[in-house]
Parts: sequence; structure tokens; C-alpha cells
Amino acid sequence: MNSLKVWLSRFGLVIALVVIGATMAVVHPAFLTWPNLLNVVRQISINGILAVGVTYVLLTGGVDLSLGSLVALTGVVAASFAHPGEYPVFVPVLLGVLAGTACGAVNGLVVTKGRVAPFIVTLGMMTVARGLALVISGGRPVSNLSEEFKWIGNGPVPILILVAVAIVSWVFLANLKLGRHIYAVGGNENAARASGINVERVKLFAYTVCGSLAGLAGVVLASRITTGQPNAGAGYELDAIAAVVIGGTSLSGGVGGVGGTILGALLMGVINNGLDLLNVSPYYQAIVKGIIIVGAVWLDRRKEKS
Amino acid sequence: MLQVRNLSKSFPGVRALDNVSLDVAAGSVHALMGENGAGKSTLMRIVSGLDTADTGEVRCSGRIAMIHQELMPFRDLTVAENIFMGQEPTRRFGWLDKPAMHREAQRLLEHLGMTLSPARPMRELSVAQMQTVEIAKALARRAELLIMDEPTSAISEHEVEALFKIIRDLKQCGVAIIYISHKMDEIFRTADTVTVLRDGRHVATQPAAELDEAKLIALMVGRELSHAAGTAATTMVVAASVPDAVLEVRALTKPGKFHNINFALRRGEILGVAGLMGAGRTDLAHAIFGLAPAASGEILINGQPVRIRRPADALARGIALVSEDRKEFGLVPMMSLKHNITLASLRGWLIDHRAENRVADEQIRALSIKSHDRNQSVNTLSGGNQQKVVIAKSLLTAPAILILDEPTRGIDIGAKAEIHAIIGRLARDGKAVLLISSELPELLALSDRLLVMREGILTAELDPRRATQEEILQHAMPVSGE
Ligand SMILES: Nc1ncnc2c1ncn2[C@@H]1O[C@H](COP(=O)(O)OP(=O)(O)OP(=O)(O)O)[C@@H](O)[C@H]1O
Ligand SMILES: [Mg+2]
Repeated sequence: MNSLKVWLSRFGLVIALVVIGATMAVVHPAFLTWPNLLNVVRQISINGILAVGVTYVLLTGGVDLSLGSLVALTGVVAASFAHPGEYPVFVPVLLGVLAGTACGAVNGLVVTKGRVAPFIVTLGMMTVARGLALVISGGRPVSNLSEEFKWIGNGPVPILILVAVAIVSWVFLANLKLGRHIYAVGGNENAARASGINVERVKLFAYTVCGSLAGLAGVVLASRITTGQPNAGAGYELDAIAAVVIGGTSLSGGVGGVGGTILGALLMGVINNGLDLLNVSPYYQAIVKGIIIVGAVWLDRRKEKS
Repeated sequence: MLQVRNLSKSFPGVRALDNVSLDVAAGSVHALMGENGAGKSTLMRIVSGLDTADTGEVRCSGRIAMIHQELMPFRDLTVAENIFMGQEPTRRFGWLDKPAMHREAQRLLEHLGMTLSPARPMRELSVAQMQTVEIAKALARRAELLIMDEPTSAISEHEVEALFKIIRDLKQCGVAIIYISHKMDEIFRTADTVTVLRDGRHVATQPAAELDEAKLIALMVGRELSHAAGTAATTMVVAASVPDAVLEVRALTKPGKFHNINFALRRGEILGVAGLMGAGRTDLAHAIFGLAPAASGEILINGQPVRIRRPADALARGIALVSEDRKEFGLVPMMSLKHNITLASLRGWLIDHRAENRVADEQIRALSIKSHDRNQSVNTLSGGNQQKVVIAKSLLTAPAILILDEPTRGIDIGAKAEIHAIIGRLARDGKAVLLISSELPELLALSDRLLVMREGILTAELDPRRATQEEILQHAMPVSGE
């Protein structure tokens, strides 16, 4: 029954994707071409990586609002070590991801040890990380990056990164004990504890992974825009959470998964792309996007009831 | 008063109700009987408008209130706020009339034989107290039709008596009552008419006076169940127990909950713990299992002092607990039946899905958990079957020491015999069992020794072969004249 429900909700998303895609293909000839489709996937790669990360946190019943600022901070950190001829390319990448990991771990520690609500903790981290990004960069974009570093955000590379992240997470959540424990903690924390699960450790893990993936997204973004932008990423956390929720993961935790998240991100990407192709002004795009987020979730919940 | 005509209801994979009709007259008590998963709760949810039928109709001339099988307390609100949820007494401009609320709540609770401050937060209450509050909540609605879905599954004799007196009064006032319970003696004491459901179908409706226990069981299960099944456990107790203590508790104290508790539990022994609600039995179980550790005192396992700060410590040392509060500590509601069963016993990093399926199927069969798919979410199972899932989960951890807190709560008479047999078998296999129960016959039949608790203190150790129910109650009742 449960799996049927999950399956139906995914199927509903696939139908929505196909319908919107078909409509676009009819309305605009450029939509159904390889370059454009690749473009869609490339455009969702950053939101996709963030969304997969925050799926872990939402599944435990928490939330992470610091993602956008983490993208900026980790991008600036990576860019600072990515000037031509200074370090091999793995150094900036690693440092960017590690910076994200550290911030995620701090989120997790304050949530579990300090027993502060995740909303508040990550709201604080959102401000702190933004401030750190500005301090490190001196408030200016960090530019003059090496060619190797720029390679990461170009061509098919971001797409491959997203695919890898999604597959690993999908396998993890479905097949590892720790993955199962994430669902249990989100579904009923007390019952999870009474089953011998170390609830604190599970939550800490979820926030840490989420931070690492935000670091990865930050690196990809810095590479793509060829600068470490201390002001980048504003509002990214909300897009990521929207993709997860459209994908059928419950905001109260315990239900959902990465498959839905990827579909949710794709749906948002196709709609963005369609509106761009149709030359809809960004002002109207924002309105449409908001309505679609609420509409998709509303349809989903209605289906569950009947 | 109430007319139900040709009601049918299907869930994916099961036909929960099949063409059921039912009439209930004003001023009468109508018992609804059937095995776990027979469709009783589903029928009542439809009657009270919480769920809709596929076909058929329900006609009712009057207001309906329902005591739910699954407790649904607002844990952060007070007792009084829970009782009056949705029908708060108000003054002008919707201003809450708190004094009236507290006065009325106090009156209802006293009526139910309970001394409990209406200002207490719900979170602090035991399951038994919560159940009493649920009853008070339904009574406060002053409905013409009162549905009670296993109202007594967690409360003890004393409160049951109070409830029965209220039922008699309500009957006098012309209130119609539908009463669901797996406890036979309650049915014969209160019911005027009995309706039996089996697999979603209406089997019989008869005056209670024309039935006896054997006939009723035969109607429920569709075959003769030898009455021996219910008492078979008594003969099993003979198993000789080796006198080495696996679990020992010394001077265990938690202020306000229990004080200076000492006992030893041996291999192959079933140690019963009797007591009224609020006697501290569940708190004691939680302390040993690490859910809410004691403030002082010692716990020894195989003679070694151990520190148990969280359930993981207890499980690692071979202690398992079946909690009386399956909703809070037992189940992850949206998770599948299978995942709930294996949750506490996953080994290694990776999940072996094939082994997991096999183990889950074994448990479903062994405890005859009525389900149509091991992947259905556990909250779609009937109450009794959910209880079996909790038991299966604990058994799978292969414990050496098993703490059972009201293990047969809401379980039908056939399954109860099965679970009693399992408990007996565990003891014979050398496990140690600490059995907390509010059902004295269950305690007397299963235990090797019987402890009695009163207001957080151990008051007696009795020999269940000789002790009588009166004797137990004497030790369990609070000393009067406070
Ligand atoms: N939401 C649901 N989805 C799927 N199946 C359901 C759902 N609710 C109930 N069922 C199924 O309907 C059947 C009847 O369940 P019901 O809760 O009415 O039993 P019951 O007679 O009250 O049993 P118990 O004595 O254990 O409380 C069961 O097989 C149960 O699994
Ligand atoms: Mg029921």
C-alpha cells in the first residue's frame, strides 16, 4: 500500500513531466532538441544536487535553510584556491566540499546536542555562512580561476556529478541500515530510539551529508560562473526544498526518497526552460513557479486521500 | 436510534466490510465482537463519519461520540483541554471559560474513579490515564450514541467498575452504546445484544442472555476453539527454573515514580508485576530499558553492574521491551509492516532484502498477523495486529531478558492464547520474562512469582499458585484515609 502510494505519486509526476514536455514540444520547436534538453538538465544540476542533500534532512523530519549561503561560502573557499598555477585542481574542490561538510556538521551538532529547532539553527547558519563568504572574499567576487577548475562546471560534467550523487543516495537510502534508520527517525523518533537507534547520530549524519552536497554544488556553481561569488545562491534552499516536496517527500519526515526528488527538480527545470523559451518575463516566471509548487503538492495530497 | 444498512468498504487488497447491517436501540448496550481485523473499528469509523463507505447507508437520530481504540491525545495540552477539545465552554466573544472547564473535567474524572488534576499536561500521563481521559472526553460530548472501541484495554479493575456504573446510568437516560472489547466477562456483564463480525461479514446478532462464552467464541472464529487454549499456559509454568539471576535490580529509585525497588529475575522464569494504574510499573520498565533511566540504584546483568542510559545499551545486553504505548514507542506508523518488524534487529551495514523478506514473512505467519502485503504501511493494520507487530519486533532481537508491558492489550482471545503460549515457550527456552499486566487472570496463569506494586513501592511477593485476586488487590490498593 505504502509502496503503491509512493509509486503512484511518482507516476503522477512522470505524467506531469510528459504532458508539459509534449505541450512545449508542440508550442516551441526548439524545445525537443538535444542541445536544449541537455541544457535543461545542466540547469537543474545545482538545484538537483542541493535537493538530494536536503532530502536526507527532510526525511529525518528536519529542515536546512542554510543551503544558499553554503553555496556562496563554499564557492568562495574553492575559488580562493583555484587561481592558475597554484594548487592541483583537487585541492579547491576538496576544500569547498569540506567547508560545506563542516558547516553541515555544525548544524547537526547544534540540532542534536543543543536541542535547538532545525529551523532556527539553519536560519542562523544561513546568516553566518553568508557573512563568512563576505569576510573571506572581502566582499568582492573571487575571479581569475584556472582552466582545470572551470572544466568542472562545463559541458556534461555537472550532469554526471548530479547523476552520480543521485544514484549513490538512492542506493544508500534503500539498502543501507543507516538509510533505513533515517526513515525511522523521521517517522517516529521515540519508536526509533526504543528500537536501539542512535537518533542523534542519524540526524548528525543527515545534516553533514546535506552540507557536503551543498559544498559540492558550491564548487560546481563557482566553476560554471568562473568566479567565487559571495552573493551567490540566495534563495537556492527554497528551490531545493520545493523540488523535494514536489517529489513526494513529506515535510514532517519519514516518507519519500531521492527518486521523487530528481523528478521534482526535473519538473521545475522543464517549466523554467519552457517559460524562458516562450520569452515570459522573469517577473511572471516567479508567479508561475510559485503557483506550480503549491499546485503540484496540492494535487499530490488529493490523490493520497482518494 | 442507529440503522446501518448493507455497508461495504474495501481497502486496496482487503474487503474490510462486506454488506453489514446493524440496528442499535436507544437505552441499550450493543456489543460488537470479532477477531483482530474483523472490521469492527472500520465499521465504527464509518458510523461516526470519520471514514466513508463504498456502498450502503448509515442513519442515526442523534449525536455520536466515539472512544477510539488508538489513543489520540494532544500531548502538549492539559487534561482539561483534551477533554473539551472542540467543544470548549466559552463566555462572550469566544473567551474560554477555564474555571468551568476545570470544574467539569474534575467532575467527569471523579465519576470515572480517578483522581487526576485537570491541569496536568497530557504528556505526563500513563496510557491507562490517557484512556480514562479519552472516556471522559467522549462523555463530555453528551451524545445520544456512544461508541466505545476497546475502552478498557489499558485500564484496571477499579476504573472498569467505575466505567460500568456510568454505562448503567447512561442506559437509564436512554443513551445507546456500542461496546467493542475482547474481554468476554465485560461483554456478558454489560451487553444486551451481541453482534459478531468475521472477515468483514455479519455473522450473527443475538441477545447476550442467549449466549455463553463458548458459543460466542465459536461464532467469532467460525469453529470450536477448545477452551483449553486459554488456560494451557497454566500447565506450562511447571518448567523447572535454574536459580541464577540474569537481571537484578537493587534500590532502584526515581523520585515521584518509584522508590527502592529490589528484585531478581532468573533464567527461565516469568516474573509477574501487578498493580493499579499509576503504580509505577511502566516507569520501572522504562528505567530498566533505558528509555527514562532511574535516578539512583543499580541494575545487574548476570551479576555484573551495568549502566543503561539508552535503549541501545539495553538491547546490546539482551534486554527487549514491548511497550504498552505502541503508538509512541512501538511503531513507525508510515513505515511498512516488514520494516517495522525488522527495525530493531538489522545487522551490519547493508540490508539483505531477501533475508529481510523471509524473516518478516516468518513472523507474520508465526504470530498470524492479519495483512495482505508485508509492504503495507503498519498503520493500516487493525489495532490487535499492530500489537502483534510490536511483539514480533522485540522477539526478533533474540533477547535473553524480555520485558512485556501489557503485551496482550487489544488482542483477541485466540491470538492471546497464542501469545501466552509463546511467552511460556520463551521461558522454557531459558529466557527471563518480566510480565507487567493489568489482567490478573493472565498474571496468575503465567507467572512463576508475582510482585505487587503500589504507588511506586513493591508491597508484596506472592505465589501465583496460591494467591487470589482479592489478595493481590489488597496489596495493590492505595491505603485509604489520606
Ligand atoms: N487504511 C487502511 N488501509 C488498508 N487496510 C485497512 C485500512 N484500515 C483497515 N484496514 C484493514 O481492514 C481490516 C479490518 O480492520 P479493523 O481495524 O476494522 O479491525 P478490528 O475488527 O477493529 O480489529 P482489532 O480487534 O484488532 O481492533 C483489517 O484487515 C485491516 O488491515
Ligand atoms: Mg479495532
